[in-house]
Amino acid sequence: MTFFLQNLVNALQWGSFYALIALGYAMVYSILMLFNFAHGDIFMVGAYIGFGMATLLVALAELGAVSPPGWLILVLTIIISMFLTSFLGMLVERVGYRPLREAPRASAAITGLMIGIILETGNLMLLGAQRVRFPRLIESTTYDLGGVFVTNKKIMIVLVSISLMVALHQFVKRSKWGMAMRAMAFDYAVVPLMGVSINKVAQLTFAIGSALAAAAGILFGIAYPVLDPYMGIVFGWKAFVAAILGGRGSIMGAALAGFLLGFIEIFTAMIFPSTLRDLIAYSIILLILVFRPHGFFGEDYSARLRL
Amino acid sequence: MIMTSITNSGWWVKLKRFCAPVPLLGWLLGALGAVILEHIAGDPFSELLGLPKIPVLFGALVMLKKPLLIPSVLLYVLVIYGMPPALVGRLFSGLANRAAEKLLRFSKPFSVLIHLALLYAILHTWSDLSAYRLLTLKFTLIAVMLTLSLNVINGYMGEFSCSHPGFMALGAYVASTFTLSLFVNDRLFGEALLPAGLGPFLFPVALILGGLVAALGALVVAIPSFRTRGDYLAIISLAFMFIVKSLFENLEIVGGPRGMGSQPNWANLPTVFVWTVLCVWIINNFVRSTMGKALNAVRDDETAADAMTVNTRKTKMVGFLFAAFWAGVAGGLFAHVLRYINPGTFGIQRLAEGLAMVYFGGLNSVYGSILGAVSLSFLSEALRPLEILKWIIIPLLLILVMIFRPTGLIAFKEFNVGNLIKPKNTAPIED
Repeated sequence: MTFFLQNLVNALQWGSFYALIALGYAMVYSILMLFNFAHGDIFMVGAYIGFGMATLLVALAELGAVSPPGWLILVLTIIISMFLTSFLGMLVERVGYRPLREAPRASAAITGLMIGIILETGNLMLLGAQRVRFPRLIESTTYDLGGVFVTNKKIMIVLVSISLMVALHQFVKRSKWGMAMRAMAFDYAVVPLMGVSINKVAQLTFAIGSALAAAAGILFGIAYPVLDPYMGIVFGWKAFVAAILGGRGSIMGAALAGFLLGFIEIFTAMIFPSTLRDLIAYSIILLILVFRPHGFFGEDYSARLRL
Repeated sequence: MIMTSITNSGWWVKLKRFCAPVPLLGWLLGALGAVILEHIAGDPFSELLGLPKIPVLFGALVMLKKPLLIPSVLLYVLVIYGMPPALVGRLFSGLANRAAEKLLRFSKPFSVLIHLALLYAILHTWSDLSAYRLLTLKFTLIAVMLTLSLNVINGYMGEFSCSHPGFMALGAYVASTFTLSLFVNDRLFGEALLPAGLGPFLFPVALILGGLVAALGALVVAIPSFRTRGDYLAIISLAFMFIVKSLFENLEIVGGPRGMGSQPNWANLPTVFVWTVLCVWIINNFVRSTMGKALNAVRDDETAADAMTVNTRKTKMVGFLFAAFWAGVAGGLFAHVLRYINPGTFGIQRLAEGLAMVYFGGLNSVYGSILGAVSLSFLSEALRPLEILKWIIIPLLLILVMIFRPTGLIAFKEFNVGNLIKPKNTAPIED
C-alpha cells in the first residue's frame, strides 16, 4: 500500500508537467483548431528563461549583498519567466500561425514544427550542446508520512500546477476575455461579427498557453535540475497526446489526461521494466481512443471541421 | 508578387523562349552530354580552375567552405553542366523533336522506357564519380518514394498522418530480418539458411514482405481512426509511431536499441532506381484512378462523397494501406542502402523531414513530391558545411514557403507522362 501511495505521489508530480503543457495544446486546439507543434519547444525555452532568471536573480542578490529567501527568488523567477515566455508565444502566433489562418490547417502545423526546430537550434547555438544545471533555490526536506516519503518540492510542484489550472479555469469561465475564448471555441466564424477580434483572442491564447508551459518548465527544472535543448520534444509530443486524449479543446479534460498519462507512465515503469514504458503507455492510449474516439470530454464535431 | 515580377522580367521571358522548342528528350540528351563531359574533362578542368577536386554537389559544398573559390566553381558549373544542355538542347532541338515524335508514334511505353534509360544513364554517370554522390542519390530516390507515399495520405486524402516513420521501420526491420536470416551469417540470426547467390533474386520478395507488414501495421491505425472524421488519425498515428519505435527497442531478437547492421549490399543504384520508378508509376496511376478520385472527393467533402455512393471508409482504408505499403518498401531499401538500422532512426526527426518534404513540394501532386524530396535532400546535403546553421535556414525556408504558398510549391498538378515526353511545337499526335 505504501508502495502504491509512494508511486501515486511521484505520478502526481510527473503528471502535473504533462497537464500544464497539455493545457497549452488544448487551448490553441479548441480556439483555432490548430496543432501548435512548437509548444513543446516553448516549454523548453520557458525552462531556459527560468534558468536564466534564477541565475540572474541569485547573482544580483549576491552583488547587492542581500540574501533573500529562496522561495522569494523562485516566485519572482516563475512570474517573470511566465511573463517573458508569453511574448514568445505571441511571436510564434504572429509569425507562424496568423499568416496561415485561411490556409489548410496542416500547413500551420508544419510552420509550428519548423518554429520548434528553430527554437531548438537557436538554443543550441546560444548556449552550446552541454546541459545546464538549474540553480538550487530551495532546500529539499523530506517528510515521512507513514512510510510514504514526500519532499517539500513535490508538494510545491503539485500545488503550484493545480492552482495554475484552477486560475485558468476561473479565467476562462468568469472573465470577459475567457468568454471571448469560449465563444471562439464554440463558433469560429461568428465571433468576429460580434465585434471580438480573432487576432487578439488568438494572441491571448498563445500567451497563456506559453506562460503555463514556462511554469511547467521551471517546475521541471526544480524537480530534475538538468536542462537540455531537446527536452521539449519528448514532453511536447506526449503532452500533445494527452491534450487530444482529454477531448477536443476541453481544458479540464487536458489537465486530467495529463495526470492520467503521468500515472500510466509511472505505474508501468513500476510494474514492468522501464524500457517498456512508452510501449505500454501509448498502447493504453490507443485502446482508450479506440473505445472513446472523442477523448474523455470531447464531443463529436465532424460537422464543423474546416480543412 | 515576387513571383510575378520574376515571370514578367525580360530575361525570364527570353529564357522561356529559349527553352520552349526543346523536348524532354533533348534535355535528357544534353544532361547526358554534361555528365559525360564531366567524366572526361572534369578532372583537368577543375585543376585548371584551381579547384581541389571535382565539385561534388554542383559546387555547393566548396562554395560554402571556401568563398574565395566561388567564381571558379560557378565557371565550372556553367561550363560543365550549363553548356552541354544548352548547346545540345538548342542546336539539336529539331532532331530531338523528330526523334521524340518517331518514338511516340512507334509506341508510348517504348518511348517512356527510352526516356527512363536515358535518365538512368545520366544518374549512373553522374554518381559514378564519387561514392558520396552515389549515397546521396540513393537516399534522394528513397526520399522520393517516402514523400510520394506520404502525399497520398496527407495530400490526396487530406488527413494528417504521423505514422510514416513507423511504417518505414516495419518495412526496414522485416526486410532486414528476411535477408539477414536467410542469406548472411551474422550474430543475430546465426548461419545463413540459403546460398547467398540466391539473395539478389529474392531481394524484391524481402521488400514486398516489408511493405505488406507495414500495410498490416497501417490496418491497426486505420481501423480505429477512420470510424470518425477529424484529427484522430493524427493522434493515433503518432501513438502508433511511438509504439513501433518502442517495440523495436524492446525486441532483443532484432538487436534492441543497438539495432541491426551488415545488411547485404544489394540495394545498388539500378535496384533503387527501378523501385523508385515503379513507385512513381504505380502511385501516379493510383491517384488518377477512380479510387484516387474518390480519395479527393472524400477529402473535399466526405458527406457529399458519401451521397455520391463513394464508400468513404473503404476508400480511406485502401488509400492509407497503399501508402503504408510503399513506405514499407522504401524502409526496406533504406535499410539496405545504409546497411545499419536502429529504432532511433525512425523517430520524430524523420517524421519532421517527411512532412517538410511533402508540404514544401506541394500537396496532391506527384511533381511536387519529387521536387520536395529532391530539393530538400539536396539542400540538407549542400548546407552541411554550415553545420548547425543549416537547421535554421531550412526551417525558415519552409515557413516562408508555407506563408506565401500554403499548399506547397507545385500543388494540385497532375503528372501526365504523355504530355511530358511529347515533342514540342508539333501537331498533337493521336494515341
